[in-house]
Amino acid sequence: MRRRLLVCGATALGALSLAGLGMRSAAQAEPRVVAVVARRFVFIPAEITARVGEAVVLEFSAPEVVMGFYAPALGLRALLVPGPPVRVAWRPDRAGSFDFLCDVFCGDGHEGMSGRLVVQP
Amino acid sequence: MPSVIDRRDVLRLAGAGAGLVFASGLAGCAARAGAPATDFHFVQLSDSHWGFDGPAVNPEARHTLARAVAAVNALAAPPDFIVFTGDLTHTTDDAQERRKRLREFKAIVADLRVRDLHLLPGEHDASLDQGAAFQEFFGPTHYAFEHRGVHFIALDNVSDPAARVGEAQLAWLAGELARLDKDAPIVVLTHRPLFDLAPQWDWATRDGDAVLAQLMAYSNVTVFYGHIHQQHHHLSGHIAHHAATSLIFPLPAPGSQPRRTPVAWDAARPFRGLGWREVERHGDGALALEQYDVAGG
Repeated sequence: MRRRLLVCGATALGALSLAGLGMRSAAQAEPRVVAVVARRFVFIPAEITARVGEAVVLEFSAPEVVMGFYAPALGLRALLVPGPPVRVAWRPDRAGSFDFLCDVFCGDGHEGMSGRLVVQP
Repeated sequence: MPSVIDRRDVLRLAGAGAGLVFASGLAGCAARAGAPATDFHFVQLSDSHWGFDGPAVNPEARHTLARAVAAVNALAAPPDFIVFTGDLTHTTDDAQERRKRLREFKAIVADLRVRDLHLLPGEHDASLDQGAAFQEFFGPTHYAFEHRGVHFIALDNVSDPAARVGEAQLAWLAGELARLDKDAPIVVLTHRPLFDLAPQWDWATRDGDAVLAQLMAYSNVTVFYGHIHQQHHHLSGHIAHHAATSLIFPLPAPGSQPRRTPVAWDAARPFRGLGWREVERHGDGALALEQYDVAGG
């Protein structure tokens, strides 16, 4: 299945295009895929842990309504439309804890729909 | 009288291009003693979230808006007009319930003794149906009007659930601005902040930069908005932004805690943090903001 990649924002930090994934050399590790479900009004899981330098793909599904994923401190952003999963590539470049939220209003409870990306050294 | 003025913070804003002069804490009347005669004044109400049900944060949710209406009606000098900067109602998935809430809200504010009431949608009113129900009751979600030489521009940054003003509205704004002199007095009304106040709490407009880029060429621009349920004052260059308190529950200071959870109701100080503001424009172009809290009891 062809999968879409949506990484928005010209200032995206740490966002890694997957356009050339198929040309990746065998020596390079495949990214770790983390499946994330965006339901009203929660991300499952709400906390995602990675290590600095680790190649990660956040694979979002939104089975109910259109949602958003936005981690402003990292410049990662994606529109999550029901349908095929939306893949966001991420290679953390610094340790810390970075909040993300749903930035597409999705109903009564939207304001509490958030999560955290935890990057370990 | 159900509601009285119990606090007055006065912000005096210099006129064209001069930026912000802060005079908070002055007694309202004293602060205005030496000011030029008032040219006109209007009231900003915001974020009543009619239909909200949450006793822990506002057990008086069914009465708070009516208290504000009564307090505005009790002003010694009636305002020239009133603006309501969004989230008139609390969101619901039920389209019929949404219209019921809008209908009830409309009936309550019909008691305001003012000729002109300019309403804007918030995301709770408009984001789930792209403003359809709001428009049925109140007309266009973006518009402009003029009052005594001041150009008011109402922008919709909520009918798109992703908080975009959008290309069509940006083009409309450009057309509105093109008719004005660069030093024309302009007041922008909107719901969300046009600048990145707290993106981690979704307190922003995705294409707010594009709006501000257009406005930046004009030397006398002031923005009044809602959404954040508290007073907040900010400058983008020479453009002043003023957020209003809500009429349902206060929210914490921007970014002050991990989550933007409502401030709990304080039975010892009912209605704390809820209120509205009066904006006076003086003959010299200065604006004075006066905060009125919803009083308990």
